[in-house]
Amino acid sequence: MSDVAVLPFRPASRRAAAFGDRLFAFLAMSAGVLVLVLLGAIIVSLFIGGWPSFRAFGLPFLVNTDWDPVQNVFGAGVPVFGTLVTAVLALLIAVPLAFGIAFYLTEIAPGWFRRPVGTAIELLAAVPSIIYGMWGFFVIVPIMGDYVEPFLTDQLGDLPVIGGLFQGAPFGTGLLTAALILAVMIIPFIAATMRDVFNTVPAVFKESAYGVGCTTWEVMRSIVVPYTRASVVGGIMLGLGRALGETMAVTFVIGNTNRITTSLFGPGNTIASIVALEFPESQAGSLKLSSLLALGFILFVISFIVLAISRLLLRPRSA
Amino acid sequence: MKLISTALALTLAAFTATAQAQQITGAGATFPAPVYAKWGEAAKAAIGIELNYQAIGSGGGQNQIINRTVDFGASDAPVDAAKLEQNHLLQFPTVMGGVVPIVNLPGIDANKLKLPSELLAEIYLGKIVKWNDPKLVEANHGLPLPNLPIAPVYRADGSGTTFVFTSYLSAVSPDWKAQVGAATSVKWVAGNGAKGNDGVAATVKQVKGGIGYVEFAYATQNKLTTTQLRNKAGHFVAPTPAAFIAAANAGDWKGAANYAVNLIDTAAADAWPIVSPTFILLPTNPQDVTHSANVIRFFDFAYKNGGDIAKSLDYIALPAAVQDAVRSSWRSEIKGPDGAPVWK
Amino acid sequence: MSAAALSLTGPARDARVAGLLSRRRKLVDGLVKLLCIAATAMGLALLASILFTLLFRGVSALGLHVFTDITRPPGSNGGLLNAIVGSLVQTMVGAAIGTPIGLMVGTYLSEYARTSALGNAVRFVSDVLLSAPSILIGLFVYTILVEPFGGFSGIAGCVALAVIVVPIVVRTTEDMLRLIPTELREAAVAVGAPKWRVIVLICYRAALDGIATGVLLAVARVAGETAPLLFTSLGNLNWSLSMTQPMSSLPVTIYQYAGSAFDDWVDLAWAGALLITFGVLALNIVARVVLRPRA
Repeated sequence: MSDVAVLPFRPASRRAAAFGDRLFAFLAMSAGVLVLVLLGAIIVSLFIGGWPSFRAFGLPFLVNTDWDPVQNVFGAGVPVFGTLVTAVLALLIAVPLAFGIAFYLTEIAPGWFRRPVGTAIELLAAVPSIIYGMWGFFVIVPIMGDYVEPFLTDQLGDLPVIGGLFQGAPFGTGLLTAALILAVMIIPFIAATMRDVFNTVPAVFKESAYGVGCTTWEVMRSIVVPYTRASVVGGIMLGLGRALGETMAVTFVIGNTNRITTSLFGPGNTIASIVALEFPESQAGSLKLSSLLALGFILFVISFIVLAISRLLLRPRSA
Repeated sequence: MKLISTALALTLAAFTATAQAQQITGAGATFPAPVYAKWGEAAKAAIGIELNYQAIGSGGGQNQIINRTVDFGASDAPVDAAKLEQNHLLQFPTVMGGVVPIVNLPGIDANKLKLPSELLAEIYLGKIVKWNDPKLVEANHGLPLPNLPIAPVYRADGSGTTFVFTSYLSAVSPDWKAQVGAATSVKWVAGNGAKGNDGVAATVKQVKGGIGYVEFAYATQNKLTTTQLRNKAGHFVAPTPAAFIAAANAGDWKGAANYAVNLIDTAAADAWPIVSPTFILLPTNPQDVTHSANVIRFFDFAYKNGGDIAKSLDYIALPAAVQDAVRSSWRSEIKGPDGAPVWK
Repeated sequence: MSAAALSLTGPARDARVAGLLSRRRKLVDGLVKLLCIAATAMGLALLASILFTLLFRGVSALGLHVFTDITRPPGSNGGLLNAIVGSLVQTMVGAAIGTPIGLMVGTYLSEYARTSALGNAVRFVSDVLLSAPSILIGLFVYTILVEPFGGFSGIAGCVALAVIVVPIVVRTTEDMLRLIPTELREAAVAVGAPKWRVIVLICYRAALDGIATGVLLAVARVAGETAPLLFTSLGNLNWSLSMTQPMSSLPVTIYQYAGSAFDDWVDLAWAGALLITFGVLALNIVARVVLRPRA
């Protein structure tokens, strides 16, 4: 950083410097305000667009499971249910895998191996969402339909209580498949966050644990995880935020049906997927279009809540 | 920083590039997109009009032409008369196509399965759930119908194909009409959704016992296992171009307002029962007279020379009498600000 | 469990039990490690599966004509030239619009408003934008740039992409600027430099690699976006670089061709998918491998 010494600072007049400073600060703040205004405008325009629907259906819109374009009756129940179920299922699948990957990358893998493997895992996050959709539809759906779903039905379908989750025709598409694709898409985010926060644990802590004879897993379980818990959960919430808004990939594999099914193999819909699928066939001024915009607004509210929680959890460590 | 300056230079270059002459933009229905693209290619060479048609869906096409963001809109479902009038639009048909059921039944070849229309409705209503249901067996003597559950598949995206298919089910089944109805997307009672013709075809292929519906062109190009249907005259017909033309000829084109002719379940003896025209929407009060005239020149060219192209892509061309009627509508209804017809 | 085992042991058997215990602990340790290796292998296998699928379906259609010819109707052996160039232009212009804004916002958050209420609000909102469904951003740009101006346009697509670029650049800029030690800033201020010149000449220079990484990642992200372009730049079957006309793009073309009835369109869609994925992955590798080591 020898640059500093040779920088050509002319002894400019104090007033000129002050003006430059004020201008720059103003520009920076304006840009910040622009971002605020931008999101505000997006949300307000969605709310205004969705208002006819909120007014027509009232609060029950949130839980009503009807979606009947012929009768002009719309409810957010099914897409909200599908959004939450697929996102939570995706987390259940992704978190253990991401944890395993992060554990491997920080403690197990040989040093020279960490970067290439870490980069490869992060590349999973870079694959465009439409490609995930095409891949999911052509590769994962047949595997689910031919092998996984019949197998699960055979093994678990007759169990009391949870058996119902694993019944139904093996279409290959449905909530479980959508959750699986979402899980693949969010694993790199969660794994990268976990790896980064695991690396922040001071070496002293770990070394003293190793010193008293702890195994790698014990160090992980009793030192690293407790130390980083809040940040890890924050990273998981970021992954959740990502899963909630995912559009293109989900539309290919979820089965897109406006019913609430009790089986994981059953079809469903998410907010983002129903907006993408129905928007092209919605006429300006129709209650259907208004309901889709209202759904968009609800999705923003959900992401707001999720992000607010993750921010609260991430704060203590980053401060 | 280098990246930014390169991008800026590119922007400037793009802004200074002159817009091509004679480009017309249309958007809407997905179903006719391939044939419009092919017509566009031919028209560019023959009359110098360059068409940009984007398949964004029929509803999108209607919205865009109402907002005048495109030169013409395209829709599979006809727009009702009041809305056309209110938005100063002329509606006219271009080509016709059929919707056909497809099945995945081991050992049963294309066009062997016979489906009485009311049974198709009952399948999609979830009332017939097995392929060896006595009613299906009775209609298909000698066909080895398997003991498989029926897995109905439908279009998950809003689509004109769904509109045509559900219009048919509404026409043949009072139960369907009362319980579900016809629209670009409906409240399905049974089965799974899939995105696009390709999604439906792939899902049916994936599930033994699956049944779905796709555009005829899609079924033909991909050699899917289609079925016969019983038409209004009581005959079982296979989906062939001849059967579509029979339906088109049986339509009451003269009596239909705004050319919104109903070709669903016509009475002709050898007509396929699920046939529908697709429409173009054109402003009757164009702001840009040249663009409007170019759109009309384009479709005039397509009527004159596009029949074979349509046929090669498995679409059905309009009867000549209908084309002439549309031409006179262009002359009488689409006028510039000076009151003179845009196209002569 | 180990506590229970310990309580059962008599002092005489201490050594043996300790041996047993450590064997069990080693077993658990080994098992967990094995599972972690399996998880990592699975992640890599998924990536390989995606790439293999793209190669398998895409390579056969990937001839020279894909790069030299524009999109054509089925049966005419068209290419993707207009879509490729359209994607390049829209991605670049989108990044050119979004990067300066994101850079300024990131600067504001790091240098002017680390703890202020407005700063916190901007930071939060920027993060919301980061995970906002891109289709909603497309719809918003449609209502402000397409409807009022009477037509779809390349510039509307660029703006939609820029809205997605901004929060990504904000995040990396802020993170990178925060890493710069305060002493460096103080040293510059001590020799009489105004704050803004310190930021531009010292902080930006020191954080350049990190910021460039952020920009490249943002470019990679928007290059593959379909949803925001559907209702903004629309797509174009013809060759057009005009910013006021509809403009073609690879993702939209893939989206429309992948579901078509005609084999040559479907093949082109897979070729396009192959191009865009490998292009985006290459950008990511450049961003991570070439630029990161010095940061």
